[in-house]
Amino acid sequence: MSNLQQPPASPFVPFSPNPSIQSGMPTQTTPLSVSQKPTQLGSSNLRFASSRKSIYDRHLNRTQRSELSKSSFAFLFAEMIQYAQKQVAGIQDLEKKLNTQGYAIGQRLLELLLHREGRSAKRETRVLGILQFVAQTLYRHLFGKPADGLEKSRENEDEYMLIDHDPAVNSYISVPKEMAQLNCAAFVAGIIEAVLDGSLFPCRVTAHSVASEQFPAKTVFLIKFDESVLEREAVLQ
Amino acid sequence: MVILSILILNKAGGLIYQRDFNEGLNKLSSNDYLVLAGTFHGVHAITSRISPVPGSGGLEVLESEQFRMQCFQTLTGTKFLIFAEPHQPNIDVICRRVYELYADFVMKNPFYQIEMPIRCESFDRHLAAYIKPKQ
Repeated sequence: MSNLQQPPASPFVPFSPNPSIQSGMPTQTTPLSVSQKPTQLGSSNLRFASSRKSIYDRHLNRTQRSELSKSSFAFLFAEMIQYAQKQVAGIQDLEKKLNTQGYAIGQRLLELLLHREGRSAKRETRVLGILQFVAQTLYRHLFGKPADGLEKSRENEDEYMLIDHDPAVNSYISVPKEMAQLNCAAFVAGIIEAVLDGSLFPCRVTAHSVASEQFPAKTVFLIKFDESVLEREAVLQ
Repeated sequence: MVILSILILNKAGGLIYQRDFNEGLNKLSSNDYLVLAGTFHGVHAITSRISPVPGSGGLEVLESEQFRMQCFQTLTGTKFLIFAEPHQPNIDVICRRVYELYADFVMKNPFYQIEMPIRCESFDRHLAAYIKPKQ
């Protein structure tokens, strides 16, 4: 990595509110009007527009109203599943891999959604509150509509169920008979799990298919909270 | 608008999907269907060569007193054969819709291997839902 020895020509004008502060490397403030190709730092994959702005310079709300083509996502998701299938053997591991892939997304989504809520954002401390956040805000962001149902399990205190009549991620997928227990909405379960973990409600989320007459693709996300959540909920009661 | 049956052939001419939508049809063995598909693939290739008009495609429509067969070949070489009652208009619309369903429920299915027989439950379901009301 020889190009780390000398200071690279930085595409960024260093932001210094107080110009008297000396930064570690000699500042080479190239005016933005000079169009020159920025040098790539080592193995960075960051892309720069001709205005030398990268994705990190964009306003966070810029893509708030944008939509994604379902087909594009379907192809990408199909590839993700095939990729995961090559690395693991068995349905449980495949679901776990999908869950992990969704987890990474959920962590970032939580921050973004809370940031976008702005001043009216309230930190959820109650179970019902955070589940409403997931069923309404998160679901609306991902799929354009709120979740179809939220239920509390009667047998177990720590289990809740989020119902989706027709998960968008599963719409083009037909699981073969020998893998009938697989539900690819494990990916969405991973997103939900990350959002709940990030809000300090440690849990396990799994996706189960419950086909009904009316909704052959109905999926239930089973959310199983940890002991600590129940104890805290009892104290706050 | 009565559709009798649908066949789908892959690039190499092998049969990957066959379905009857009418009870009155002769039931052939699966081997016979495979032979039929291979034969049609060959005929299609030959007709595209012997055509007096240069640069023409292969056989598209085959009509008899009992049935009308329309072949829709995609840019990728997949052939969709639609068998319908004779003197049916608008089979192109059906061909295009079946192609659309194929592109959706077969191509976007991660468990489908390309060029292999189609065993996608949602493709069957949506195809039936599309074709059955037309009978």
